[in-house]
Amino acid sequence: MRYLTEFHDPRLAATLLDTIAATATRRWTLMEVCGGQTHAIIRNGLDQLLADQVEFIHGPGCPVCVTPLEMIDRALTIAARPEVMLCSFGDMLRVPGSTTDLFTVRAHGGDVRVVYSPLDAVRLAEAHPDRQVVFFAVGFETTAPAAAMAAVTARRRGLTNFTMLVSHVLVPPAMRAVLASPDNRVEAFLAAGHVCTVMGTAQYEPIVAEHRVPIVVTGFEPLDLLDGVRHAITELEAGRTTLVNAYPRAVRPEGNPSARAMLEEVFTVCDRPWRGIGMIPASGWRLSPAWSQLDAELRFDIADLTVAESADCHSGEVLQGRLRPPQCPSFGTTCTPRRPLGATMVSAEGACAAYFQHRRLSAVGGGR
Amino acid sequence: MCLGIPGRITEIWDDRGTRMALVDFGGATRTACLAYLPDASIGEYTIVHAGFALTVVDEAAAHRTLATFRELGLLAEELGPDPLPATPLQSTPLPAEEGGR
Ligand code: SF4
Repeated sequence: MRYLTEFHDPRLAATLLDTIAATATRRWTLMEVCGGQTHAIIRNGLDQLLADQVEFIHGPGCPVCVTPLEMIDRALTIAARPEVMLCSFGDMLRVPGSTTDLFTVRAHGGDVRVVYSPLDAVRLAEAHPDRQVVFFAVGFETTAPAAAMAAVTARRRGLTNFTMLVSHVLVPPAMRAVLASPDNRVEAFLAAGHVCTVMGTAQYEPIVAEHRVPIVVTGFEPLDLLDGVRHAITELEAGRTTLVNAYPRAVRPEGNPSARAMLEEVFTVCDRPWRGIGMIPASGWRLSPAWSQLDAELRFDIADLTVAESADCHSGEVLQGRLRPPQCPSFGTTCTPRRPLGATMVSAEGACAAYFQHRRLSAVGGGR
Repeated sequence: MCLGIPGRITEIWDDRGTRMALVDFGGATRTACLAYLPDASIGEYTIVHAGFALTVVDEAAAHRTLATFRELGLLAEELGPDPLPATPLQSTPLPAEEGGR
C-alpha cells in the first residue's frame, strides 16, 4: 500500500526533474490529452518546474467540455418533460446549453438527478416504474463501459422505462484531429492512462507510425506525469518515434478485454461534433441498432435544434491548445466556476477551471 | 467522472448475478461493479470509473517503476552531486505550515 504514496515522493520527483533537465537540449512541446492530467500538472506546478524543458499544451480530454452543445440542449429538452427523470453525472448539471442548464431546469421543477454510476439510473428506473428514466451518457472510453453495462442490466431486468441519451467520445480520433490541424505544434503526446486501461495500447501504434510522433501512456500521480515527460523527451532527443507504456501497473497492452467486448456489443462508432472543436469523423459511440429501444433520441421526439455558442467564450481555442485559459478576456472576470460561460470552466477536468483553482491567486496577487 | 484513483477492494458480493465490491479510497468507501474484473479479489487495488472497476493495479509493476526512479537517482549521484536545491514540489506546503505555527 505504501507504494501508492511513493508516487508523490518529492525526492524521486527531484530525481526525475534532474534527469529530464539533463536530457533535454531544447524546449519540447507536449500535449497531455486528459483533463485529469491537466489538473494534476497545474496543481503540482509541474509546468513551472519544467518551464525550461517543456511547453504543455492542454488537450481536449475533458468529457464534459467537449459534449456538443446540441446534445446538452437535447438533454435539457428531455429533462423539461413532465414524465421524465433525467440522470447525469454531477459535472453536467452546470454546463451551459444554448439558453439554460440542467441545474436551472431542475430549479424550475424538472426531475434531474445526479448519479455516481449509470447503474444508479437503472436502479431508479426500477424503483419508479411510472417515470421515464433517461441516463445522459457522456464521457470517454473510461465511462462508456459503465453505460454499456447499464444498458445490458436494464434489458436483463426487462425495464421498459429506461433509455439513454448517448454522447460518448473517443480519444484516438481527437489526437488525429490535433495532429492534422495545420497549426499543430504537438511534438509528443502523453496519452491518457485510464483510457488505455480499457482500450489497451495497440490503437496508438498507427498514429505513432503515420504521424511520426512519440506517444507515452502516462498515469496521473505527479511521478507518473514526470516519468511520462521523461520518456517523451528521451524519445524526442533520440529522434525516435515509439509508443511507450509508462503506466504498466494499470495498463496492459490488451486493455480490459471483457469491457471492450461489451462496448463492441452495445455501441457503434459514429461521427461526432466536439464542442468548441467541430466534427471529428468516427470519434464517438452511439447505441448500435440492436439496442435502439434504449435510445432516448428515438423515444423522445427531439427537434433538430440549431444552436450558437456564446461569442465571449474561447473554450474552442482552449480545447485545441491555441489559447491558455488566463489569456481569455473573460477568464476570472465575467467567467468563473460559479457563473461559467463555457464548459471548460465548469468541469473538474476543464482547463479553465484548473487555472482558476490553482493559478488565480498567483496571477492576481503576485504570489505569496 | 474521470479522476480515477486506486482504491482497495475490501468486500465482494453478488447482486442478482452481478459481482459488486466495496472499495476503500483511503477512508472513503464506494460501491463498485466488478463485471469487467471477474478475477479481482479482496485486498487488491483497483481503478474505478463511474462505479466500475476497470483494472487491477499490479503491485509488482509499481515496485519496478519505483526501482527505476531510484536507479536514476543513484546514476545522478555517480555522475556528480547535483547543486540544485530541493524542488518546489517539496516546498509547496511549507508556506502554509510556517503560517500555521
Ligand atoms: S475562461 Fe470562461 S469564457 Fe474564457 S474560454 Fe474558459 S470557459 Fe470560455
